Amino acid sequence: MLKIEQIHKSFEQKDGSKLKVLEDINLEIKEGEFVSLLGPSGCGKSTMLNIIAGLEDSTSGQVLVEDEPVTEPDSQRGVVFQDSALFPWLTILDNVKFGLKDKELTSKEAEERTLKYIKKVHLTKFIDSYPHQLSGGMKQRVAIARALAMNPKILLMDEPFGALDEQTRMMLQYELQKIWLETKKTIIFVTHNIREAVHLSDRIIVFGTQPGKVKEIFEVKAARPRKTNNSYLLHLEDKILDVLKEEIEKVMKEEIGDEYNFEENPLPWDPDRDLGSNI
Amino acid sequence: MKRTLFLGILIAIWEVIYKLQIWPPILFPSPIEVGTTLYNGFIDGSFLISLGYSFKRLLIGYSIAVIIGTILGLLIASFKTIDETLGALILALQSVPSIVWLPLAILWFNMGEAAIIFVVVLGGTWNMVINSAAGIKNVDPLLIKAAKTMGVKGHQLFFRVTLPAAIPHLITGMRLSWAFSWRALMAGELLGSGRGLGQILMWGREMGNMSMVISVMIIIAVLGTLTDNLLFKIIENKVLERWGL
Repeated sequence: MLKIEQIHKSFEQKDGSKLKVLEDINLEIKEGEFVSLLGPSGCGKSTMLNIIAGLEDSTSGQVLVEDEPVTEPDSQRGVVFQDSALFPWLTILDNVKFGLKDKELTSKEAEERTLKYIKKVHLTKFIDSYPHQLSGGMKQRVAIARALAMNPKILLMDEPFGALDEQTRMMLQYELQKIWLETKKTIIFVTHNIREAVHLSDRIIVFGTQPGKVKEIFEVKAARPRKTNNSYLLHLEDKILDVLKEEIEKVMKEEIGDEYNFEENPLPWDPDRDLGSNI
Repeated sequence: MKRTLFLGILIAIWEVIYKLQIWPPILFPSPIEVGTTLYNGFIDGSFLISLGYSFKRLLIGYSIAVIIGTILGLLIASFKTIDETLGALILALQSVPSIVWLPLAILWFNMGEAAIIFVVVLGGTWNMVINSAAGIKNVDPLLIKAAKTMGVKGHQLFFRVTLPAAIPHLITGMRLSWAFSWRALMAGELLGSGRGLGQILMWGREMGNMSMVISVMIIIAVLGTLTDNLLFKIIENKVLERWGL
């Protein structure tokens, strides 16, 4: 249902030179699939998501949703950002209802649909609260409900749990799995967290950096809901880390200098590095 | 409590200076005398009438200032060329105290109401322009993006996202604008004609009625504080809280 065809993207830098961000991205995503875009920071995965959303233009190539090219943002593609991007002057109820105003719904239908999705993210108690009264995790849940209420064909998520603490993140991952199983939305999920990607996705697209391109694609064939201690998943995590290592090293070398190595010569566990010289 | 005590001490010092007779009583009235003038002025209604005149000018001038200020701010925030030209001019104009315009205003509008209102408008406009422009420029681009992904665009986007997001800045602009309009009004009334508070103050000076002058000064100070601290501060705080700032 979603086709990404030969997407290239480059930015003009201040000194006039071109910075290549994305190079020749080709992907096909099936309806109802949960796909993660995984890569180190600066690999262009968020840019790719913005292009799919229609928030940014590509330099060349096109994105097709059900054979229609994407030219501008549209409620068919809901987006959840890293910051919840809720409207601070509206209550939770009005935030979730925000996008329903122009749709052909009576106000009663809109209200019902809003309440349904607020219930789905377990925030019914807070419909009259304002965003500043909620915690980070709750705000992200509102943002998810707001995107779902539009009933989009595709849900785009840009590191939605990146700013949350570990416990909240795990809970939301679990809830997102449940929502995905219930609604059967196509989800494209951007993250730099390998475990998160393995845990949630059907397919993981690993991005390489400089310029951003598809490095390898992994399929995750594990039953849901998934447990973190599943050995197959742990094994897959390791495999992906091996692929990513190279890329992370590339980024670190850029930032720190050429002497950086991802794995220095391993040291024995003793912090004194006592190799027996005191015998 | 602390404030009441402080006020008491202030009045006591005033009484002491009065008792020391540094200036003759006619130039430096006692607190009691000023109190009586205030009381009489309110009882016979003369203060209230001039307050009414002053407020009418203030409200007309202030409303015009807020409307013009918001519109100009909007234009400055929306078009780069206007920002670079008009924006720079307004920064320059802002540094001109609005009372400086009075001589011209008197020539253009005669000695009447219009001249004073004109000065009030000029006093309030520039701050409003600067704040509303800043408010609209500083709207979080993420909110705009989020609204766009929900299919909101064009004037809908402006009225449902940009404008509400700019409200904290607009309120601050309105508060500053009120304070500046108030000052401009008093300056304008001192020099201009009519029956406002400023004119009573001038009239007191000409009559050698210093207790009248001080009474009016007290009224001006109290009203200024009340509107600023009670009205605008409360609205501003509420808005800032709601907007999570």
